[in-house]
Amino acid sequence: MKKLLATAALTAVTLMSGAAQAGDVVRIATEGAYPPWNALNSAGHLEGFEIDLYQVLCARANLECTMEQTAWDGIIPSLQQGKFDVIMAGMSITDKRKKKITFSRSYASSPAVFVVGKDSAMVDFKVSADKISLADLDANEKTSLDATLAVLNGKTIGVQKGTIHLNFLKEYMKGNATIRTYETQEQLDLDLQSGRVDVAFAAESYWHPLFAKPEGADFRAIGPGFSEGPFGEGVGLGLRQEDQELADKFSVAINSAIADGTVSKLAVKWFGFDASSK
Amino acid sequence: MDWDIVNEAIPAIFAALPVTIALVSVSLFFGFFLAVTVALCRLSPYAALNKPAYVFVYIFRSTPLLIQMFLIYYGSGQFRDELDAIGLWQFFKDPWFCAILSLTLNTGAYTSEIIRGGIQSVAIGLIEAGKACGMSTVQLFRRITFPLAMRQALPGYGNEVILMVKSTSLASTITIMDMTGVYKEIASDHFSPFEPIIVAGSFYLILNYIVTLAISRAEKKFAIHAH
Repeated sequence: MKKLLATAALTAVTLMSGAAQAGDVVRIATEGAYPPWNALNSAGHLEGFEIDLYQVLCARANLECTMEQTAWDGIIPSLQQGKFDVIMAGMSITDKRKKKITFSRSYASSPAVFVVGKDSAMVDFKVSADKISLADLDANEKTSLDATLAVLNGKTIGVQKGTIHLNFLKEYMKGNATIRTYETQEQLDLDLQSGRVDVAFAAESYWHPLFAKPEGADFRAIGPGFSEGPFGEGVGLGLRQEDQELADKFSVAINSAIADGTVSKLAVKWFGFDASSK
Repeated sequence: MDWDIVNEAIPAIFAALPVTIALVSVSLFFGFFLAVTVALCRLSPYAALNKPAYVFVYIFRSTPLLIQMFLIYYGSGQFRDELDAIGLWQFFKDPWFCAILSLTLNTGAYTSEIIRGGIQSVAIGLIEAGKACGMSTVQLFRRITFPLAMRQALPGYGNEVILMVKSTSLASTITIMDMTGVYKEIASDHFSPFEPIIVAGSFYLILNYIVTLAISRAEKKFAIHAH
C-alpha cells in the first residue's frame, strides 16, 4: 500500500512538472486555421505542410507523436500548463517568445507581405528592394522601407492577433495607421474582400497558395517582403524550456530532413515555392 | 502573478472602459425604444403586428449573440455591392455600427418580453378606473399602464442591463478594442492571460456594482410606500 501511494505521489509530481518523459507519446498542437501550414480540410481532418512534416520528423527522431488542434490565442500558456508538449503552428522563433519557451531549429521561413484588393489604388505599388531584411538595412532597403511605410500612412491595416506581423505594425506603424486585429486569418480575409480593411498583412507562404484559389483571386501582393528583426529567425517547433532535450532531438531530425531535401519537397507541394530553412 | 503585467494592464484596460460604456449605453438607449414598440406590437390584437413581433423575439432570444454579431458583421460583408447600391454599406462597413446594431436587436428582444410582462401585470381595475375618469387610450397608457408596468419590470430590466454589460465583450470578436479586446492583446503580448484577465474581470465587476446600485436606487424610488 505504501509503495502504491509512493508511486502515485511520484506520478503526480511527474505530471505536475509538465515535462515530457522519454517513451511517452509526444502531443503536438497546431492551430488548424492557417493554410497551407495547417488547416482543416472539407472532411474536418487536419492537413497541411506541418501535418506532413511532423510525421517525417517524429519518425526520424524515433518518437511516437499525436497531433491535435488548439486555438492560436493562448497557445503558449497552454503549452506551459502541459496541455500538450509541442507547438507546431507556423510559429516564428522570436526573442520575445524565447523568454517564455524554447524552440527547435527552424524548418521553414517566409517573408511577410502586404496584400490589397485588385481594385485598390495601391495595387501597383512597388519599391526597388524586393526583400527587406530588417536586422541590417542597407541604403536601398532603408528607402524602400520608408516608401512602404509612407504609402500605408493613414490606411486601415488588418492583421491576426498575437502574430509577429502585428508586432511589426506596432513597432513601425503605431499611430500612423488604423490597425484592426482578428482572431483568425480567415476572418481578416473576409474583411479584405469586403473592403473593411485597405491592406492585410501576413506571411507570403499564406498568401501565395491563396492567390491561386477562388477566394484569393481578387487579392494582390504589394511592395517588398519583410524578414528578420521583429519577424525572428524562421518557423520552428515550440517547447517548454525544461524540454530542451526533446527540442534538440527535433532539431537533429529537422537537419536531416533539410539535408536530404524532404522539407523543400514538402514546401513546394504546399506553398508553391521552397520555403525550407537552410 | 507578474505585477509588471498587472501594472501595464490596469491603465490600458481602464482606457478601454469608455468603449465598453459607450457600447452598453448606446445599445440600451435604442434597445429600450425598440423593446417598447415590440412589446406593444406583441400585445396588439392585429396579427399583422403581433406575428412579426413574435418572430423577431423568438429569433433573437433563441440564437447566441455571438452568432448574431458574426452574421451581421461578416454576413453583411458578403453583400457589399447590394448594400452599397442602397447606400447602407457605409454603415455596415463600420464595426461599431454592426456591434451596436446586434446588441440593440438582442436587448430589444429580451426587454420587450420584460415590458410585456409588466404591462400584463397591471390590474384591470386600475385601467377601468382610468376609463371611468374619461381618459383616452393614450392618456391611460401614459399615466397608468406604462408607469405601473415599468415598476413591475424594473428588477427584470436590471438583470438585462447587467447582462448587456457582459455581452459587450463579444464586440472584441469583430475588431472593437473594448476592455476584452485590450485584455486579449495584453495576454498575447506577454503570453500570459492570467494577469490581464483578472484586471479586466475586476473592471466588469466594478462597472456592474455601479449598475446594481443604480437599479436598487431606482427600485426604492418607484416602490409603493407602505403608510
